[in-house]
Amino acid sequence: MDKNTVLEVKNLKTYFHIEDNIIKAVDDVSFYVLKGETLGIVGESGCGKSVSCMSIVKLIETPPGKYEDGEILFNDRDMLKISDRELRSIRGNDISFIFQEPMTSLNPVFKVGEQLSETMILHRGMTKKEAHEESINLLNRVRIPNPERIINDYPFALSGGMRQRVMIAMALACEPKLLIADEPTTALDVTIQAQVLELMNELKNEIDTSIIFITHDLGVISEMCDRVMVMYAGKVAEVANVETIFGDPKHPYTIGLINSKPDLNTEATRLNVIPGNVPDLNNMPTGCPFHPRCTHALPICSSQYPDEIILSAGHVVSCWLYSSDINDGGSV
Amino acid sequence: MSNNLIEVTNLKKYFPIKKGVFRSTIGHVKAVDDVTFSIEKGKVLGLVGESGCGKSTLGRTILRLLPPTSGEVKFEGENIFEVDKKMMNQLRTKMQIIFQDPYSSLNPRLPIYDIIGEAMLQHKIAANKAEMREKVIEVMSKCELFPEQASRYPHQFSGGQRQRVCIARALAVNPEFIICDEAVSALDVSIQSQIINLLKDMQEDMGLTYLFISHDLSVVRFISDDVGVMYLGQIVEMGSKGKIFDNPLHPYTEALMSAAPSFDPKSRNTRKRIILEGDIPSPANPPSGCRFHTRCIYAKDVCSTDIPEYMEIEKDHFCMCHKVNGVF
Ligand SMILES: Nc1ncnc2c1ncn2[C@@H]1O[C@H](COP(=O)(O)OP(=O)(O)OP(=O)(O)O)[C@@H](O)[C@H]1O
Ligand SMILES: Nc1ncnc2c1ncn2[C@@H]1O[C@H](COP(=O)(O)OP(=O)(O)OP(=O)(O)O)[C@@H](O)[C@H]1O
Ligand code: SF4
Ligand SMILES: [Mg+2]
Ligand SMILES: [Mg+2]
Repeated sequence: MDKNTVLEVKNLKTYFHIEDNIIKAVDDVSFYVLKGETLGIVGESGCGKSVSCMSIVKLIETPPGKYEDGEILFNDRDMLKISDRELRSIRGNDISFIFQEPMTSLNPVFKVGEQLSETMILHRGMTKKEAHEESINLLNRVRIPNPERIINDYPFALSGGMRQRVMIAMALACEPKLLIADEPTTALDVTIQAQVLELMNELKNEIDTSIIFITHDLGVISEMCDRVMVMYAGKVAEVANVETIFGDPKHPYTIGLINSKPDLNTEATRLNVIPGNVPDLNNMPTGCPFHPRCTHALPICSSQYPDEIILSAGHVVSCWLYSSDINDGGSV
Repeated sequence: MSNNLIEVTNLKKYFPIKKGVFRSTIGHVKAVDDVTFSIEKGKVLGLVGESGCGKSTLGRTILRLLPPTSGEVKFEGENIFEVDKKMMNQLRTKMQIIFQDPYSSLNPRLPIYDIIGEAMLQHKIAANKAEMREKVIEVMSKCELFPEQASRYPHQFSGGQRQRVCIARALAVNPEFIICDEAVSALDVSIQSQIINLLKDMQEDMGLTYLFISHDLSVVRFISDDVGVMYLGQIVEMGSKGKIFDNPLHPYTEALMSAAPSFDPKSRNTRKRIILEGDIPSPANPPSGCRFHTRCIYAKDVCSTDIPEYMEIEKDHFCMCHKVNGVF
């Protein structure tokens, strides 16, 4: 592993076995994250973004889940092989996680302040008093009004966006090497969102944290990320730097995704959607999983999964349209 | 009689703040503080505002999921705070809510069949289990979920799939009014567009009425007829969506509109943004006068002493600001 690489995921497969079905939630996914960079992950709902990231810190419930294959290298160690003890010390210390649904990780019976303090006592070795002060400081930084009162509240008394910000505060409290943020700002209005994103960027600059940022908000992707990975049906469809993804997307799914964003400045009467149905991970089409919905599909697309094609440095697409075996580089 | 399906008058919802061993009340969180508006049948009212300003509380109080502190909510002319239990039960099917947090609003021990189907049986929308299953599958497929997922449990879904389960559950009972609280926030743009098209079709075909709470301004602009802007428990501006988006009057609305993330990575350093300075005030202790005065770039002395009037500035365009009202 290159010393500038913080995380490298190689050929990861995470499947769920339910009754007689196999759900291939993550199917041969590879990616890396560099020191101090922000990698965005986008893709259709249910395509495997959260499961990919939860696999990194082994948070998948097994069974029914199973890490079938692959390597997850962090600090030169394979996360899939290390002991539970090592894993626990990495979680929270080196890697922190902001979960998509805050109530899944906030404990409903403890006060917000207790939960925050505990994190800091555990991971940063603070005293109770220091942790208390730092909690208030952090809640201030995520723009929670009146933090002195809020630390005495239980999670149910907070609004959706306040809970999300408590989660963010907790994740930042650990000053992690890698921050995995799964839809961290869905419940925030744009003004607070802008400030919270700013705060994440500060952290990135101050302590060189790397960030994996899962979001369906393409505006946020374009503001925050250096590189973007586009997933479709458990696989990586395209990876490129952020300008390329927006300016010169190649995968027909990426193109469809970018075209379906409603524009704030126009009056539409109907929103664009990518035609066809969401693929059933349990009953996946053969070949390229996007082919039933793809307007450019070639005969080979329905029988064989495409190779990864390197279009330029850092721009990789998995699509037959760009394979030199099929045509001469083609375009969409 | 007017054509209003929902009429909210001077609605207040305060939460007590308790302290000490005797849990004595030392103050109140004024989550919703004197809100008045109405929604015409078949229309969509978008509701936007800062996180924590009281949108979800307003939604829950309107459906009587929380007891109001004071005020009135009428549904089809009926004051819902005064009807008896039996009547309320009947109204409950007509008025649905899609909760902001799908995870905690779905019973983890029930499979999706029962989560979506229970109310269908209860309210005789399906005559028996077999019909219920058929109808559950039908509404699930409208929300891009698969038949075999119906026997699974909530934790076996992705975030966006759970959100769609909540949408399916709300649509299943043929409601007349739906409060969508960040109902599509966890969905990618394509599925989001599909669901919004579905909601819009139901509005047009079946005359459904929505209160649509969302932080996503482009979605609000698309789906709404009118838009209300909330700040710290109050509605500070309301009007047709064209007016709110193209001619925002209230300084808070103006700041909100300017902060929307841009879709173009090239412009990330060049766009003009009004970043709101100052601490976010607490609804337990709202500022005097205009509640926005502590962060408003136009504020003058009068703003911190006098409460601005909620005035109709032009036809059907209301605003609560001294500057806009012409006080200065
Ligand atoms: N515990 C589980 N048991 C069975 N299937 C699961 C489980 N968790 C996730 N899945 C399935 O795995 C697939 C990938 O889920 P994942 O949560 O990674 O999606 P996602 O890309 O994060 O979607 P979203 O944008 O909706 O959050 C989904 O189809 C989901 O139904
Ligand atoms: N059960 C409760 N007990 C005490 N306070 C509460 C309770 N529920 C909400 N609040 C408070 O009421 C205020 C408004 O909360 P609400 O959930 O309505 O905000 P919101 O506008 O929906 O915000 P968001 O956009 O973040 O979801 C917040 O200050 C919150 O802390
Ligand atoms: S009343 Fe004054 S403080 Fe309030 S929004 Fe208007 S100008 Fe700003
Ligand atoms: Mg997810
Ligand atoms: Mg809310």
